Amino acid sequence: MTRKINLRIWRGDATDGALKNVEVEANEGEVVLDVIHRVQATQMGDLAVRWNCKAGKCGSCSMEINGKPRLACMTQVASFPEGEEITITPLRAFPVIKDLVTDVSFNYRKAMEIPAYEHPKDLAPGAARMEQVDVERSQEFRKCIECFLCQDVCHVIRDHEENKKSFAGPRFFIRIAELDMHPLDLLKNRKQKAQEEHGLGMCNITKCCTEVCPEHIRITDNAIIPMKERVVDVKYDPIRWLGTKIRKREGIV
Amino acid sequence: MTSLEKYKYDVVVIGAGGAGLRAAVEAREAGLSVAIVCKSLFGKAHTVMAEGGAAASMGNVNDNDNWKVHFRDTMRGGKFLNHYRMAELHAKESPDRIWELEMWGALFDRTKEGKISQRNFGGHEYPRLAHVGDRTGLELIRTMQQRIVALQQIDARENGNAESHIKVFAELTITEILKENGKIAGAYGYWRENGNEVLFEAPAVIIATGGVGKTFKITSNSWEGTGDGHALALKAGANLVDMEFLQFHPTGMVWPPSVRGILVTESVRGEGGILTNSLGERFMFKYIPEVFKSIYADNEEEADRWYLDQDNNRRPPELLPRDEVARAINSEVKAGRGTEHGGVFLDVSKRLSAEVIKKRLPSMWHQFFELAGVDITKEAMEVGPTCHYVMGGVEVEPDTAAAIGVPGLFAAGEVAGGMHGSNRLGGNSLSDLLVFGRRAGMGAVAYVKSNPTATVSEKAITDAAARIEAPFSRAGGENSYSLHAELQEVTHNLVGIIRTGKEVEEAIEKIAAIRARSANVAVAGGRKFNPGFHLAFDLDNMLLVAESTAKSALLREESRGGHTRDDFPGMNSKWRQVNHISSFDGNKVNIKAQPLPSIPKELFDLFDVHELEKYMTPEEIAKGGSN
Repeated sequence: MTRKINLRIWRGDATDGALKNVEVEANEGEVVLDVIHRVQATQMGDLAVRWNCKAGKCGSCSMEINGKPRLACMTQVASFPEGEEITITPLRAFPVIKDLVTDVSFNYRKAMEIPAYEHPKDLAPGAARMEQVDVERSQEFRKCIECFLCQDVCHVIRDHEENKKSFAGPRFFIRIAELDMHPLDLLKNRKQKAQEEHGLGMCNITKCCTEVCPEHIRITDNAIIPMKERVVDVKYDPIRWLGTKIRKREGIV
Repeated sequence: MTSLEKYKYDVVVIGAGGAGLRAAVEAREAGLSVAIVCKSLFGKAHTVMAEGGAAASMGNVNDNDNWKVHFRDTMRGGKFLNHYRMAELHAKESPDRIWELEMWGALFDRTKEGKISQRNFGGHEYPRLAHVGDRTGLELIRTMQQRIVALQQIDARENGNAESHIKVFAELTITEILKENGKIAGAYGYWRENGNEVLFEAPAVIIATGGVGKTFKITSNSWEGTGDGHALALKAGANLVDMEFLQFHPTGMVWPPSVRGILVTESVRGEGGILTNSLGERFMFKYIPEVFKSIYADNEEEADRWYLDQDNNRRPPELLPRDEVARAINSEVKAGRGTEHGGVFLDVSKRLSAEVIKKRLPSMWHQFFELAGVDITKEAMEVGPTCHYVMGGVEVEPDTAAAIGVPGLFAAGEVAGGMHGSNRLGGNSLSDLLVFGRRAGMGAVAYVKSNPTATVSEKAITDAAARIEAPFSRAGGENSYSLHAELQEVTHNLVGIIRTGKEVEEAIEKIAAIRARSANVAVAGGRKFNPGFHLAFDLDNMLLVAESTAKSALLREESRGGHTRDDFPGMNSKWRQVNHISSFDGNKVNIKAQPLPSIPKELFDLFDVHELEKYMTPEEIAKGGSN
């Protein structure tokens, strides 16, 4: 079944831009990325959009659809009421390059600031033994496809460019949590560093990041809140945590 | 022309998937400076789509496994057309490459003893695939990406510049590999963001650009799979080997239309998924080829028992190599026993509980629920063949991954040929990337030692720049989107999963006609992030690849692995001794037959001679290996 839909697509670059109206056909089962491609192939040959896998696995086609950060490849056209215009704009937290493509280099700079995994030097290849239950905690965060929707939605940086310098953002809080919970990682005090160097304290747990995560990673509940709690506990009540059952033997768990 | 950016590196790696990143790590660890160039953002390469796992005979789940068994499985899967040396290196080195990932922070699923867990997969005799649920490719690419970042952090600490040894040039297209005096001198390209041109001067170039799926209409590949490396290598004077062999993955999504072709991991079958037609028949039992009858169950009872007792039962036929399953599905649909949307049913809901399915196949559940509205814990999926992988690729020297005929050029991963013969086993791709990515890095390191510098001439720069500018200066020319769609129709209809000589001949003519028109492609708009402009270059690459595939397919008068000729349905031992070598003379692709390197005695002796008789001529058997 084919129907006509009306899109408003933001077109422009760093200097200027505006929403352009366009009418395009949409077939049954199609996602927003499909109709963007149809617009590209038939009406706007130079419309810029990032995409890759078209299956929600690579995190390239991040954009804002009716104001909500989403993957265009996982957003069904049929999820919008018939007759309603669909407004498509670039991610707001990052500088526009052209049309729907933004400069996400902020995220790559932040990735560089997180200290890498440290493997025990005396552990020979293949000698590592880890329980499934212990790797699963970090595996949840390693599901991240780096679509940066959580970064885009986070109001700490969405409307406050000045915070970008001192705030790593939800994507990198789960990276820190992942390493912190990694059964073999040797680097100590990752949580404390998250607080002191990566701006964990600026997060006030509105859970917007969790809501937009296409991988359904419980960013706030499973990464941010546990790290915040433990940092606070160690700061104010270290004894309580020394007694808890821990896997990683370090000053702060 | 816009202002030209110039860089000097020891090595330029084209492609930032598993193979490219592994090569870059190797070269950097030897102290070289490396540019990593990729068309997408860093970390988005197609490796991310690999679901099932990475094959390595670690023997964690069944300790009967070892490199020899893995080697045998790989050769069988490839119908003995593999380059034996590549298959040998791959089988021997895969375990080390997997353990290395763990030392860089990868977190694979575990066995009860806490070792890396391994799962069953088509064509592998024992559970062999290291995996993370069904998102193993993501784990691999992220681990490699984070390893690159870790090395950059070391450089930042030691000399104050994170990019002193490795710099990632993301969203940059390479249009040409440059040579001077017959040797590699660098590469030329443009930033996708603004169209500005970039020159890399480097004595070594490693091609790791992946596959060619976008040449076809129904494919699991993303827009990036346009055969860039295959075409760049051809134009630089390298050869491609056996380009007629394309793997149609048996299970792609068939509905809704917008996701047609997207992969449904083989793990669904590895975990117990069964294939049925519209009559409810479990049809795979009808399609077990003679050569596999001893190891695949011919009845449901035994096939079902195998999931509980693998030592005393033969495997279910759903786990036959991919080419067999794809052809079987194709035949069922052609015979009118397909589903409403032209596929067959794949059902895992009857064997596993909803909870287990969501745990072992989380992204499949997610993909079907969100894109097709199907809950795979309750209902069957509709699946059908999709163009997934090209076995053919750059002809390389196995130990160094050096491209034959072009000093300084290397190739690894999907873009390299030979390793998988006529058909790749699932799980052998991720391990291939790591084994030969590393070897390409080592090859480049050794080469750069004796060839430390390279300079590109002004003329080469001017010529490369002119070629990039050309499509902008043609007014009212052809539209690259339409030409691409036409090419996909031709390949899909005439050089697809089942071929005939007559149709392939027709395809060769049509591809040539599209290529003639593509010389007149015009681009609307400017250079800034202009997909029409980008496609113009991708199209040129796809046309060369398609020509190479069609011409090789016409010559090979037999059916083997990823090449099925309706007019020559059987496998022929004479043809097993032949590789098809594609080269480019500046105008067209030429194919020559070249004898396949014969397998040395110590590897020959790993097989039961009666098995080899199914593949080799009596003369070869009598010889018993080459030394």
